[in-house]
Amino acid sequence: MKVAVCVKHVPEAQALRLDPATKRLDRSGEGTLNGFDANAIEEALRIKDAAGDGEVVLVSLGPEKAIDSLRKGLAMGADRAILVSDAAAAGSDLVATSAVLAKALERETPDLVLFGQQAGDSDGAVLWAAVADRLRRPLVSQAAELTVSDGSVRAKRQTEFGYDVIEAPLPAVVAVSDAINEPRYPSLKGIMGAKKKPQETLDASALGLDGALGEQGSKTEVYTINDPPPRGDTRKIEDTAGAPQQIVEFLAEKRLL
Amino acid sequence: MSTLVFLEHHEGAFVKNALGVLAKAASLGDDAHSVVVGSGVRDLAATGGKFGASTVLVADDQQLAAPLPQPRVDVLAKLVRDRGYDTVLFGQSVLAADVAAGLAARLDAGLNWDLVDLVNEDGRLVGKRPALQDSVHVDVGWKGEPRLALFRSGVFDPAETGREAQIEDVEVELEDFSTGATMVEQAHAESEGPSIEDADIIVAGGRGLGAPENFKLCEELAQALGGAVAATRAVVDAGWYPYSAQVGQTGKAVSPKLYVAVGISGAIQHKVGMQSSQTIVAINKDPNAPIFEFADLAVVGDLHEIVPELTQLVKERRG
Repeated sequence: MKVAVCVKHVPEAQALRLDPATKRLDRSGEGTLNGFDANAIEEALRIKDAAGDGEVVLVSLGPEKAIDSLRKGLAMGADRAILVSDAAAAGSDLVATSAVLAKALERETPDLVLFGQQAGDSDGAVLWAAVADRLRRPLVSQAAELTVSDGSVRAKRQTEFGYDVIEAPLPAVVAVSDAINEPRYPSLKGIMGAKKKPQETLDASALGLDGALGEQGSKTEVYTINDPPPRGDTRKIEDTAGAPQQIVEFLAEKRLL
Repeated sequence: MSTLVFLEHHEGAFVKNALGVLAKAASLGDDAHSVVVGSGVRDLAATGGKFGASTVLVADDQQLAAPLPQPRVDVLAKLVRDRGYDTVLFGQSVLAADVAAGLAARLDAGLNWDLVDLVNEDGRLVGKRPALQDSVHVDVGWKGEPRLALFRSGVFDPAETGREAQIEDVEVELEDFSTGATMVEQAHAESEGPSIEDADIIVAGGRGLGAPENFKLCEELAQALGGAVAATRAVVDAGWYPYSAQVGQTGKAVSPKLYVAVGISGAIQHKVGMQSSQTIVAINKDPNAPIFEFADLAVVGDLHEIVPELTQLVKERRG
């Protein structure tokens, strides 16, 4: 059982900013493993344990520093990491990023590809569907429970309306919800051992990517960065006894009743 | 501009967010088409004209019965290729996001998500998108066509135009891998009243409620106001309320006309899911709760006293 987990190195939450010059996310500061991806790594490790053998391979597209996040995943217990890092890939949008990841995944031919629920920096929650389409593999997203047996996966998918139970034959692509598990912390032994695990950094040509990458290969763009629209003044009520009546008056004034 | 709107439906009715997107599309150009995908959906599709579509395309096939994304990608990709739509719009949902992203890969097309508006500026389409936990608003666009976009729930109102749409059946050809995933079971939560995606008014509860049974305070107020009940991640994680009601970074982003936050501190993870609501009323006993920084009406006080009386007053007022 070979499980590939796609992970992302994201800026620390407090350092999130857009670079006004490039209009891209500023990735020059400290970064960390996207928290939602830890759930996907955890699930991969559990699947491998349940199967009794196999391999968990981490795959990422990002700057060279992203190796730090991959090492965290290795410290959790993943076996191997592949980082696709190429200056030409900076600024890749969904179509460009999915093309790179699909190429890296094709080389690995995993039985199962896992994604975390979303990217903490871009709030993107769509990449898996694009990758699944490029790989021409069945897809299940928003999986809150996952079982693998007899060459297929069975997932409980959370939706707006409740949940669905979906089955798909392997090889498949699954995006897990952060409700699926509680990710383990890397042990000291895991951290010490992580550096010695196989880590491969590839550029676009090593991967055999011939199409355009980065902004060249992207189909979306950012025109301007603006302040959010002002919300107006906050009206305050501090008298508990009179509050219900005053709220009703406020709602009536806003024509909400 | 030739626009196609994906009209998602659930249990025999269109999803409100999708109808809102259709109204927006109709307001931007002369000819908004929509597509309804499913099994036994022809009667439903025939009502699509009422909401602004000039043409409703119907992909009706037994294989499309379950709300799974990949067969829908096949249907939409064929429509865009055969009919040359330059813009395809979706109301954001678990299903629609997967369809839109699969279609983006299939057609090598740009997808912008989480948009709160779409405008025509100097002859080009510009999407408005809150980003970085809504701390900035960016203007985004597309390099080439088709342009794909997902819109945040509740940002547009459906508009009943009473139009008679032309209904056309379309051929369904599915890829082998698209039918690999199958629906084994659909266990949908029974809920009264509108879902949070469909509601104009949302009453949301947080940890400040103190106990799961106190959610009934929110439910009663929501019922009196004709709204839906939402919850924060903290209380969903604690098992007080189902995930389908979760608003915030890992739940739904909503933009109702009125959002009443009950016992919610307004942590950033929650704020990103609701701060684009038109009017925000927050009730919290902590005068320093962050939610008061962006609420329109900040009520500092004991929710256990305020909410039941408020519910009573609203009931009286609405008769």
